[in-house]
Amino acid sequence: MKLGALAHRLIWTAVGLGLLALVSYELSQAGIRPIKLLETALLPMTPLVLAAVGECVNERAGVINIGIEGIFLITAVLGVFWAEVLGSGLLGILMGGLFGAIIGGILGVISTYGRADQIIAGMGLNVMSLGLVQYLLMAIWAFPGIHVFPRELVLPRIALPTPIGVLRISPMTIAAIIITLLTALLLYKTLLGLRIRAAGDKPEAVDVAGINVNRVRIFASVFAGFLAGLGGAFMPLAWFGGLVKEVSAGRGFIALAAVVFAGLNPILALAASFIFGFAEGLAFAIAVTPGVKEVIPFHFVQMTPYLVTVIILAIFVTSRRFPRALGKPYIRE
Amino acid sequence: MDSSRKLGRLGISSSVIRKFGKAIAESLFAVLIGLLGGALLMLAYGYDALRAYRALFLGSFGDLNGFLETLAFATPLILTALTFGIGVRAGLFNIGAEGQMYLGAIGAVMIGGALSLPPGIHLAAATLFAMLLGALWSIPVALLKIFRGVHEVVSTIMLNWVSFWLAMYLITYHLAEPGRAERAIPAQETARYMVIGASLTTVFIVAIGFALLTYFILWRTTIGYELRLVGYNPDTARYAGISIMKATVISFFIGGLAAGLAGATQVLGRPPSWTVYATMGNLVNLGFEGIGVSLIGRNHPIGIILAAIFYGGFLHGGRFMEFEVGVASELVRAINGIIIIALAMPELLNILKRVRRRRRPT
Repeated sequence: MKLGALAHRLIWTAVGLGLLALVSYELSQAGIRPIKLLETALLPMTPLVLAAVGECVNERAGVINIGIEGIFLITAVLGVFWAEVLGSGLLGILMGGLFGAIIGGILGVISTYGRADQIIAGMGLNVMSLGLVQYLLMAIWAFPGIHVFPRELVLPRIALPTPIGVLRISPMTIAAIIITLLTALLLYKTLLGLRIRAAGDKPEAVDVAGINVNRVRIFASVFAGFLAGLGGAFMPLAWFGGLVKEVSAGRGFIALAAVVFAGLNPILALAASFIFGFAEGLAFAIAVTPGVKEVIPFHFVQMTPYLVTVIILAIFVTSRRFPRALGKPYIRE
Repeated sequence: MDSSRKLGRLGISSSVIRKFGKAIAESLFAVLIGLLGGALLMLAYGYDALRAYRALFLGSFGDLNGFLETLAFATPLILTALTFGIGVRAGLFNIGAEGQMYLGAIGAVMIGGALSLPPGIHLAAATLFAMLLGALWSIPVALLKIFRGVHEVVSTIMLNWVSFWLAMYLITYHLAEPGRAERAIPAQETARYMVIGASLTTVFIVAIGFALLTYFILWRTTIGYELRLVGYNPDTARYAGISIMKATVISFFIGGLAAGLAGATQVLGRPPSWTVYATMGNLVNLGFEGIGVSLIGRNHPIGIILAAIFYGGFLHGGRFMEFEVGVASELVRAINGIIIIALAMPELLNILKRVRRRRRPT
């Protein structure tokens, strides 16, 4: 039964990827090179997959964080700040990860020892970040809403030869894919992974085995926060090359959609992030194509990733099984 | 003893009073944490936090003009908070007020600005159309939840962004004021609520009326009872033969009406602009701020009115804070977020009590 559900999901993922291949073939006939399309899809994919994989671990452990958007926003600002201080884009991204881990840790503590309603706490983080980003932009750089940093700080993309041409890919994208694979190994092949999964499904059993459920959950939250923080700092420092107050533009929630789509499986989260990233890349590729951009207002292009996310969720996600103790603080009886 | 008997005669028992007292204490405590957090953020960047808060409170509650302005800021917040609050009452986490509010404002511009109708009818038509658009935007969320199991947190946020770009498109291409690209067509004279003083118009009374109506529906009608039961315990509700589907749709629909009305208040009831700016700067985030307002007001219509006035004071006073001390006025949003996080921990007061008891030497 469980295997059947996984197979079902794998089949749908394959169908989705097949459709993408078909679309890219059609587009290549229309003059958009598939390699370029892949490049524009991998950039939006990276923050999504980082956050989604982290959140898979987090929810496996029984903690739900809908504040990914907030972590994205805050770590984008702090990542740029530290990149400027340390003079390195890569260090800035790592600092973003560090601050993400701190925020994740705080959320983890209030979700476990604080017995918080995790949905409300996460939404509080999102609302807080809306104001905090604008406050920090003013407090640090004394300019409202936008900050442009030196171009040297942008993490350069590396050229990767592939059968269909030279792919310019961000080293962070490669790192994200490796992290995904390692996380899958962690979850399914290690003792820690077993404890994480048990903390979400049977916290009593973990407790009886003499392991502190809350500590396992906080570890998962810190891990998820770290990855989301990398994703948040990735956006300005390895993708946009600038910082605006709505830098993440709802991507934190698209990452959540990817988590739901994947049913908490990191590998499937990678696939879902690629599909959502592809939708964004495709929309912009179409938008800049001569003959199209004059007809379709750019506002409709901007809508596409969000519509695609809702539609994909509505079509492909039916019955999923989530950890039994997801979102519930563990209280020993 | 005597006073409690008096209250008892009014149908208010002492346990209800204790419950209210606890709720108020929790809200006040959370607000205190929010203010402390804001002060720490200001101190971290070398701002004078005390002067900032003084400017904030004097500006928003210090004189009549400031207070009227505060009420004007509170008006849309009452309504977007109701959207969230009635969702919570039905067990839903409806954070779609933002997008529904954009479309409400667009609806108000369509009828109030772009059409000419006789006075009276014009105002009513613009208001109702705005509410209807807001409600229509919330229906797909309800249907997606019921038939496809899509969680409302994701679907509402996605639709918020779709609504944002749809509204931007309509303002830019179809509703822009000729010759003034920076804003949409303002509401005509016949489609404006009467100014009471400062920026406050009679639309404030409409918002209060809507809140009271929501209270009446929730606590004095069968539908409201069913809705609350679904939120309180869906299993019991299902067992009692209550349609969860109906409660979900009604909750989203009323929430959408409120959010649409919130958008309308910014167009038909907010001088000096009487319209939406092309950046939508006078709308953006009002929906999300409603979440905090609703939680401070314990998701209760009456509490929401009081919390909205309080937080409206923050929004209005934030500008004084910016003027006096140079702190970005958006800091009040960060404070709102901290308050929400504090309120997410219902046992915070108990935990503190326990810690204090443990620390006490025996």
